[in-house]
Amino acid sequence: MSAILHTVNKSPFEKNSLATCLRLSLPGSHILLIEDGVYAAIRGGSMSDDLKRAMSDRTVSVLGPDLRARGITEDGLVDGVGVVGYDGFVHLAAESSKVQSWM
Amino acid sequence: MSEPDSQAGGTVKKFLYINRRAPHGSNYAQEGLEVALIGAAFDQDVAMAFLDDGVFQLKSNQDTAEIGTKNFSATYRALGDYDVKKVYVERESLESRGIGEDELMPLVYEDEDDDWEEKPLISVVDEAELREIIDQADVILNF
Amino acid sequence: MKFAVVVNEGPYTHQASDTAFQFVKAALDGGHEVMRVFFYHDGVNNGTRLTTPPQDDRNIVNRWAELASQHELDLVVCVAAAQRRGIVDPDEQKRNSKDANNIADGFRISGLGQLIEAGIQADRLVSFGD
Repeated sequence: MSAILHTVNKSPFEKNSLATCLRLSLPGSHILLIEDGVYAAIRGGSMSDDLKRAMSDRTVSVLGPDLRARGITEDGLVDGVGVVGYDGFVHLAAESSKVQSWM
Repeated sequence: MSEPDSQAGGTVKKFLYINRRAPHGSNYAQEGLEVALIGAAFDQDVAMAFLDDGVFQLKSNQDTAEIGTKNFSATYRALGDYDVKKVYVERESLESRGIGEDELMPLVYEDEDDDWEEKPLISVVDEAELREIIDQADVILNF
Repeated sequence: MKFAVVVNEGPYTHQASDTAFQFVKAALDGGHEVMRVFFYHDGVNNGTRLTTPPQDDRNIVNRWAELASQHELDLVVCVAAAQRRGIVDPDEQKRNSKDANNIADGFRISGLGQLIEAGIQADRLVSFGD
């Protein structure tokens, strides 16, 4: 069975959804930050190190439209974080075994 | 309420209902429980997981009389009757919130394979076990 | 691939309905099937035709309805959640002796079984909420 796509839509500064996702996701899974979840990926933010650690065995992406809506540029992201559009979101969902939404 | 139909017949998937919110402050817990109870009629493999603030849903002695809301916590006791036999509660979530296992509602089910003996419904699992439970599910709904 | 989508929040407060819409649109554009969009919790509020957003804003309800008519999308509003929140179709109006109904074109009210069925029949169930 291929790996899970985890989505996180909460800012890590508001709720523990990303923290819970990080501790309950298995190696090989993909974590997609959407909506306010994208704030976690700002380089220099307090989640940077957690995301870097996660990226040692998982993939982390952000939803580009949500990034741009919030005035964050791709070059301001934690190194290694990918950017996808809604089509990429659909593709990731289709390629994964299932989607788990951490809200 | 629609009944299970022939279209869905034959397929058995592992449904996992993940509950991460406290009861009463919002309605998600109550409406999530309704999904679990309806879903049980579809002959699927049903499990519920309570983690983060979701563990507060199973706290014993909830009494909503003074806040004037419906006390749906009694409904969790029906889970066993609805053939929901897997209720997982995450140990780490309990510990970090200062809730002991003995403070959870004593949910039970009657084991048809063991002379209908009443058995505890709740399994306290650790983070690593929960990771596997999530991995094994086919369909996850979050409340 | 056959998708089903769950929307757990109403329009205009949370982004959930917007994100769900963009996801569904992208899935359809990508050649996938979306067998059902199920509206639960406050998500049922996406199904009222009485919404009147300012003209310079998106009309979330109509947007769903238009996508539904273009792609024969099955937009299902949960009956139990709808009853609590006053989303009514002609059948519910009659059954509960209400003086009006407000269901938008393209939406229908049905039971929670439709959510479970979507979980069984779809290849992927994707939830959007708060």
